Amino acid sequence: MEFLLDHPLILAVIKGIAVIAVIFPLAGACSMAERKVSAWIQGRPGPNRAIPPWFAWVPVLGPLLQKLGAFHLMADGAKFLFKEDPVPGNVNKFYFILAPIIAVIPAFTTVTVVPFGAYFDRAGHAIPMALAHVDIGILAIFAIGSLGVYSLILAGWASNSKYPFLGGVRASAQLISYELSMTLSVIPVFLWINAPGTTGSLSLARVVEFQAQPGLWGGLWFLFIMPLSAFIFLTALFAETNRQPFDMPESEADLVGGFHTEYGAFKWSLFFVAEYAHMIVGSAVFVLLFLGGWNILPWIPLGGVLHWIEVHTHLPVFSNAIVAGIISILVFITKVCFFIFLFMWVRWTVPRFRYDQVMKIGWQKLLPLSIANLVFYAIAIALIQK
Amino acid sequence: MAVIQVERKPLTFAERTYIPQILSGLKTTWKHMVAPNVTLQYPEQRPEIPQGYRGVPTLVKDPHGREKCVSCQLCEFVCPPKAIRITPGEIPTGTENRHVEKAPQAFDIDMLRCIYCGFCQEVCPEEAIWLQDVYSTTGYTREEMVNHKDKLYELGGTLPDKHFKWDHKKAAEEHGNAH
Repeated sequence: MEFLLDHPLILAVIKGIAVIAVIFPLAGACSMAERKVSAWIQGRPGPNRAIPPWFAWVPVLGPLLQKLGAFHLMADGAKFLFKEDPVPGNVNKFYFILAPIIAVIPAFTTVTVVPFGAYFDRAGHAIPMALAHVDIGILAIFAIGSLGVYSLILAGWASNSKYPFLGGVRASAQLISYELSMTLSVIPVFLWINAPGTTGSLSLARVVEFQAQPGLWGGLWFLFIMPLSAFIFLTALFAETNRQPFDMPESEADLVGGFHTEYGAFKWSLFFVAEYAHMIVGSAVFVLLFLGGWNILPWIPLGGVLHWIEVHTHLPVFSNAIVAGIISILVFITKVCFFIFLFMWVRWTVPRFRYDQVMKIGWQKLLPLSIANLVFYAIAIALIQK
Repeated sequence: MAVIQVERKPLTFAERTYIPQILSGLKTTWKHMVAPNVTLQYPEQRPEIPQGYRGVPTLVKDPHGREKCVSCQLCEFVCPPKAIRITPGEIPTGTENRHVEKAPQAFDIDMLRCIYCGFCQEVCPEEAIWLQDVYSTTGYTREEMVNHKDKLYELGGTLPDKHFKWDHKKAAEEHGNAH
C-alpha cells in the first residue's frame, strides 16, 4: 500500500480527486448559502423543505438540516446532473463544450497551493498544510487564476449570438482591468516579509508566520498595518470574481444575455462552481494575507493558545499534529466563511456599476491608487528595514 | 407653480469612494437580516380566515338539528357556472317536520365548476347554504370532486338561527294564525 502512495503520479491523482470531491460540494453549499442569505435579507426564510423521507425521522438533526436547506443542495446538484444538457445548433461546438472546462480548471488548480492550516512539530514551528506547498504561492494563484478569463471569452464567442458575445467581451474587459491593481496591491505585503538578509519567498504560509510573531508590531495583522492594500485587494477581488457591485457578466445576464445564456444544465453549473471556487480561493488568500490566516486574534497566535491549553489541561492539542491541524483548519474556515458571507451581503445590498463606471474605476482610480500605495510602502519599508 | 431649484451638491471626497454609502447600505440589510420574518409556513401553519370568507359552499342545520334546505332550487337557477344540481323531494307525512313539506332528495355541488361567488348564499330564502372557511379541496378523480348532500351537511355543521321561521309558522298554525 505504501508504494502506491509513494508514487508521485498516483499521489497527484488522489490529491486531484480530493480537490474535486471537496470543492464541488463546497461550491454547492455556497450557492445554497447565497439563496438563504439573500432570502434573509429580503425578509423571507429561503429554501427549507427538501428532505429525504427516511432522514426526517432523525430526531434533532433532521428538522434542523431541513430548515437550513441542506438537502436542497443535493437536490440541485442532482438536478443539474440529470437534466437535458442543451447544445444549440448554431454554436461552435468545440469551444462551446471547452469553455466551462477551461473555467473550472484554473479555479480548482489554485485551490491546491492555498495552505489551509498548520500543525506544530516538535520544535514548535508551524508546518503549513497545503496540497502543494510551493514557494511561489501567491504568484501561482494570480497566474493560474487569471486564466479563467479565457473561458468567458470562449463562452461568449462560441455562443454565436449577440448578447452572449457582448457579455463575454465586457466580462473579459472587466477581469483584465482589475488584475493589475490586485497584484500591485499585495506587493507591499511581500516586501515586508522579505526583509534584506532573509531567504526570499512568496509563500503564503510565511505571510501567516509573520503575522504571528511576538511583540507589538509583530503580532499585528497586516490589515491594520496596510489597510489601503487590503481595501484595494478586496475591491479588485470583488471585480475578479464577478460579484456585485461589479457583476456585469453575471447579472447583465438578468437584463439581456451574458456569457452563459446558451448554456444549460451541467455546463452552466460548471461555470458557477468555478465562480464560487474563485470566491473561496480569493477569500482564503485575503484571510491569509491580511487577517493572519489561522491565528485566532491579533497578538494571540494559534501556537501560543494551543500551547497554553496543553500546559494547563494536559490535552494534547499542541503536540498532536492531527488535533492541532484540525483546530487551525477550523479557525481558518471560520474566517473564510465570514468573507463569503460578506460577498453575499454586499451583493444583495449594492446596485451594480455601469460598464463605463467599472472601467473608469479600474484604470483611473484603482490603478494609480495602488501604484501610489506601492511607492509609499516601498519607501517606508526600505527605511524601516535598512 | 413656482420653480423650485434643487441644490445638487457635488460629492465630497469620502462620498466619491462610495464607502460610506456602501456601509450604510450594509447596515440596512443587516437590520433586515436579523429581523424576525413574518412568513407563514404553510402547511404547518394555517392562515386566519376572516369572517365572511367565501370558501366551499355547505348546507347547514339549525340549532334544533333540522336540515334547513327545502329544495326550492333558487340556488341552482342563480348559480352562474351551473355547479348545483338538485332533485327535490317530499318530507313524508307523520315525521316531525311535515309542515316544511319539501327537502332535497339529492343535492350535488360540482366543485370543479363552483366559482365561489356566493350568489347561492345570497339568494337562499331559508339561509340554508353558506360559504364557510374551507379553502382548499383536492381529489384524484372528477367524481371525487362532486360534493353530495351528506358531504355538504357534514361540511356545514350547525349555524345559529335568528328567525326559526318554520317553528313560528307551526306555532302560528296551531294557535290559529294570530297574526
